[in-house]
Amino acid sequence: MKLSKKEVEHIAQLARLGITEKEKEKYAEQLSAILDYVEQLNKIDTKNVEPIAHITGVENVMRQDEIKNKPDRDNLLKNTPAQEKGFIKVKSILD
Amino acid sequence: MDLNELTLKEASKKLQNKEISSEELTKDCLSAIDDKVNAFITKPDKKIIEEAKESDKRIKSGGAKSEIDGIPITIKDVITIKGGRTTAGSKILENFIAPYDATVIKRLKNAGVLLFGKTNMDEFAMGSSTETSYFGPTLNPVDKTRVPGGSSGGSAAAVADDEVIAALGSDTGGSIRQPASFCGIVGLKPTYGLISRYGLLAMASSLDQIGTLTKTVEDSAILLNHILGADDLDSTSVKKEPIKLENILKQNKNIKIGVPKECFSKGINKEVEKSINDSIASGQKYGFEIEEINLQTLNYALSVYYIIMPAEVSANLARFDGIKYGYSNQEGRDLLNVYLKSRAEGFGAEVKRRIMLGTYTLSAGYYDAYYKKAQKVRALIKKEFESIFAKYDQILMPTSPTTAFKLGEKLDDPLTMYLSDIYTVPVNIAGLPAISIPCGKDSKVLPIGLQIVGSQWSEEKLLNTAYQFESLLKR
Repeated sequence: MKLSKKEVEHIAQLARLGITEKEKEKYAEQLSAILDYVEQLNKIDTKNVEPIAHITGVENVMRQDEIKNKPDRDNLLKNTPAQEKGFIKVKSILD
Repeated sequence: MDLNELTLKEASKKLQNKEISSEELTKDCLSAIDDKVNAFITKPDKKIIEEAKESDKRIKSGGAKSEIDGIPITIKDVITIKGGRTTAGSKILENFIAPYDATVIKRLKNAGVLLFGKTNMDEFAMGSSTETSYFGPTLNPVDKTRVPGGSSGGSAAAVADDEVIAALGSDTGGSIRQPASFCGIVGLKPTYGLISRYGLLAMASSLDQIGTLTKTVEDSAILLNHILGADDLDSTSVKKEPIKLENILKQNKNIKIGVPKECFSKGINKEVEKSINDSIASGQKYGFEIEEINLQTLNYALSVYYIIMPAEVSANLARFDGIKYGYSNQEGRDLLNVYLKSRAEGFGAEVKRRIMLGTYTLSAGYYDAYYKKAQKVRALIKKEFESIFAKYDQILMPTSPTTAFKLGEKLDDPLTMYLSDIYTVPVNIAGLPAISIPCGKDSKVLPIGLQIVGSQWSEEKLLNTAYQFESLLKR
């Protein structure tokens, strides 16, 4: 399994990661090596095996739909890079 | 003897007997911090002395909050403490101030513990050497040319170097046990769900678990009892009773242990192998029944891990987008460029590698071939462990195939670095509890770790066996 530079570009785009030309080559090589390694799972017969959903088998945990934590907007916004009038500010999404 | 060298148990006893004060204990820990080791991302605040004085007042007036009131314990910097910086070892969170306490922190505060700074770690707990930290590597206090292991390398180094009494870490594929092994201390990863993960920055949510790094097995039990149990804020956490310490400290030779022969095939260092075999011989001589067993899925666990973990990483780390919090590059003209640049500049190489890998295996057309296949093999691994625990109380393995390696030795070779976790990863895959205890040293005097694995929720029995091995192996 050899990933092409183009595939790496596509993955980076999906992951919203800006990457350099040099990184594209490095990741193509390293990701291919890891994917080759995990190929060994194809040797295992899993025809009648159910994929695991939860490792300790905990089932639905219910609770009342009540607000317990009071929202603390001022405190939360302290970590926000750009804001205006108590709102998170983002750049334009349309041209 | 300086007070920072005390175990948690000893410190607790001396404090309760008023032989020492929390202030003296805390000052000794503070002066033991070795900047060269670089165990801390954020060192303890000076006001910790004031908190120690408060503890002393409580203890003096008979109003101690618990038996560990006034004891300095450090926290891996992936667990939030309200109002303090939590970086996860990443540039992207360099200036992030946590708006709430993790549940384990709330519980430690209720017990009167002194929170002794935040420890260094691989970025977002991704790594086996603490070299991927944005804040520089931590050095192994046993040999400063070597890594302390990872990702909880700062917590392990701080405890091993007697800079603190005990520590919390997190373990997704070996991140508590492997550094404990490399630094010569005790590392416990409990059953998935025994401890609330609320306030633990998520790496791979189906594998992550908080645990302890301590000087003794008894210390791990004492600390565990203060943080375990159900929490409304983590629906995967489960209600469990505290461990009875007398059940851990008792003699019980009626224990049957399996040793997977697959652990001793290829890749294991000869000196590690010999030390494990010596430990087995000591256990047999003592009266444990120890037999060779098969663990056929051992060799597949790492492959399952390197599909499931990056997939969950890619989803969990999507939240770091340069918008809501964390590092942000606002130079671009549109929103997409803020994402691309903030994430490119904020994350390090290993984190990016895993996000890319997970994004690929979850992308359209590949889900069945990778993620679903891995979840099926995960079911098989769990089943094999269950069939072993039907006949055996515990499984015994090395913690890691080697002792601490040199700084830089494996940094550019991800697959070799990943092999460092080959014996620890299966435990997380199956949601089991496991502990690493020191069992010997190699010819370079580097510590070797013995890993004991139990069935789900068997912490009490597991710690009892570990305690007996610890007493046997003490030199």
